[in-house]
Amino acid sequence: MTGMRRWHMPDRGLPLAGVAVLIAVVAVFPLVFTNPTATNFGVITLVFVTVASAWNLFSGFSGYLSLGHAVFYGTGAYFLVVAARDWNLDGIAVFWLLPLAGAVAALIAVPLGLVALRVRRHTFVVITIAFFFIAQLSASNLKVTGGSSGLLVPVPNWASATYNNPFYYVGMLLAVGTVALSVLVRRSRFGLQLRAIRDDEDRAAGLGVRAMPVKLSALVLSAFITGMAGALWVYFIAEAYPQFVFDPLFDLAVVLMAFFGGLGTVAGPVLGALVLEPTQLWLNLQPNNSYLSEILFGVLFLVVILFLPRGVLPTAAEYANSEWARKLALRLPLRRGQAAATDGTGTAAAPAGSETAGTAR
Amino acid sequence: MASEISQAIAAGILGGCVYALMAAGLTLIFGVLDIINVAQGILVVLGAYLSYVLSVHLHLDLLVGLLITVPAMFIIGVAIYWLFIRPLRGAERTSMTLLACFAVALIIEGVLYREFGANYVSLSAWYTTATVHIFDFYLADIYLIGFGLAVVAVAALYFILYRTTFGRAVRATMQNQVAARLIGIDVNRVSAVTFGIGTAVTAIGGMVYGAISGGFTPNSGYDLISRLLAIVILAGMGSIGGALVAAVFMTTVEAVVDIWQPDWSVAVFYLAMVIILTFRPTGLFGRRAARAQ
Repeated sequence: MTGMRRWHMPDRGLPLAGVAVLIAVVAVFPLVFTNPTATNFGVITLVFVTVASAWNLFSGFSGYLSLGHAVFYGTGAYFLVVAARDWNLDGIAVFWLLPLAGAVAALIAVPLGLVALRVRRHTFVVITIAFFFIAQLSASNLKVTGGSSGLLVPVPNWASATYNNPFYYVGMLLAVGTVALSVLVRRSRFGLQLRAIRDDEDRAAGLGVRAMPVKLSALVLSAFITGMAGALWVYFIAEAYPQFVFDPLFDLAVVLMAFFGGLGTVAGPVLGALVLEPTQLWLNLQPNNSYLSEILFGVLFLVVILFLPRGVLPTAAEYANSEWARKLALRLPLRRGQAAATDGTGTAAAPAGSETAGTAR
Repeated sequence: MASEISQAIAAGILGGCVYALMAAGLTLIFGVLDIINVAQGILVVLGAYLSYVLSVHLHLDLLVGLLITVPAMFIIGVAIYWLFIRPLRGAERTSMTLLACFAVALIIEGVLYREFGANYVSLSAWYTTATVHIFDFYLADIYLIGFGLAVVAVAALYFILYRTTFGRAVRATMQNQVAARLIGIDVNRVSAVTFGIGTAVTAIGGMVYGAISGGFTPNSGYDLISRLLAIVILAGMGSIGGALVAAVFMTTVEAVVDIWQPDWSVAVFYLAMVIILTFRPTGLFGRRAARAQ
């Protein structure tokens, strides 16, 4: 029951006008704040808005928590680096590799999903962690990734003042597209099937949901977007080392963003990414404090899990909702009580009605 | 070559027992509390650092230091359970507890970085350098000591589980928590103590790991937890005996593969796990259905 309510509330907090304003603000941000540090933060944050929404599209909707999305992120990233080098692409042309990078990540997701989605709960989480470590190990040891010495990406010769802008607007395109896709999926039959699997997979299967194809499609879709985001990210930071491309903190950051805002909601992961990623980037800029962001992340994670287990948005929506419900309750029984009183027929109904009205007051 | 292989097998079996001990703690916690303590890896590293502090600053022998680190890790485990695991209830408990453990791991890792930095340190004593001659090869004494410690600790674990009233309460809680509550078992207390015991073994595991691994950093927790998870999944969650067999088997295979493919030997762990789960989703010795919701 709580599951059902969770799905419907956050939409109310997303009126169309607000969304339009948000998109407009994001669009003019690099024109107003031309400082490279600010646009730098902007690009990375948009990448994480995309990834957190993509993660949520699979894990939030289906209930299968993946701690291995870095596999898809890193696959997309390495594909872009290698393809740009081997096909001699540079400048804007490299951006055309993003859909291909996504496709490669989606291709990887098929066998991984076929193995991992056979098990549930803890075992699924652990298998995704194992896939992550296999990927990291492969990146450190394979020749194509340059091993632990890493690979460099050709840096485009764009004007330094507006250097970040192409990345920023491609990132914005990805982020807006992913959020729009999340809305579409949530309202579709496919989204309903995913949520049914989340609430009770056996019952959903009993009602005719073909669980495996549904789960796998969601994973592949999520991997596709995550791969594109990884490719954009690696082109932006212009270097690829196994320990950064396949970073366990990446997985946790994405999960925390979704949990922080509200798991399974559309707006939740966006809010989480908008709040948490700039915070982390800022912390990383502080000298000699590399451990600080780890500790803070851990503490924040515990606070969210212990005190806001459903995330900021659903909790806020529930609070607003209960306010509204209380006001409604003040009126509703009154009307019923009045109706019963004017009717004057049902002796049992009148005291019941007045009693409710009394308690509501 | 033959001596290399036999040496790898010996080191694998002896080292595997240490992994078996750490994995036993992990699987015990899973069996009783139905949570995966992904902080187990960093707790082993924490145990190793505790031993390091005691031996460097207080000049305590590593084995004597265990008298302090084992109770310390027990208390840390109980505290983690009481503060962060116990309050979590409801339908999302499974994923929430896992993430809570991850958060604890992150905090511990950050604190260790802060205190000790990212440089490799290792534990040393006379028995980490002295070697013993077995058949046709030499092995550091610490391997035998670690093996002995692991056997004693696992035996103690079995004794507690199968020969004491508390152990009976633990097994009852493992089988059916509601029924255990009904017959008057304080499930919260049992859970806290179990979490403490599962964590206390990391003090021993950490000491031996710190001595035989040739150096560790706060980052070593990831390497450890990935192996431990592979072991317990392969064995089947909640099966302590299975964890022992799987740990010894996997580390031995890894040590042998390491002779030819040092870069890829760790992959043996994951590959074995993926292959087993493809054909047998409950793991080799799993009693619980891993597929059940």
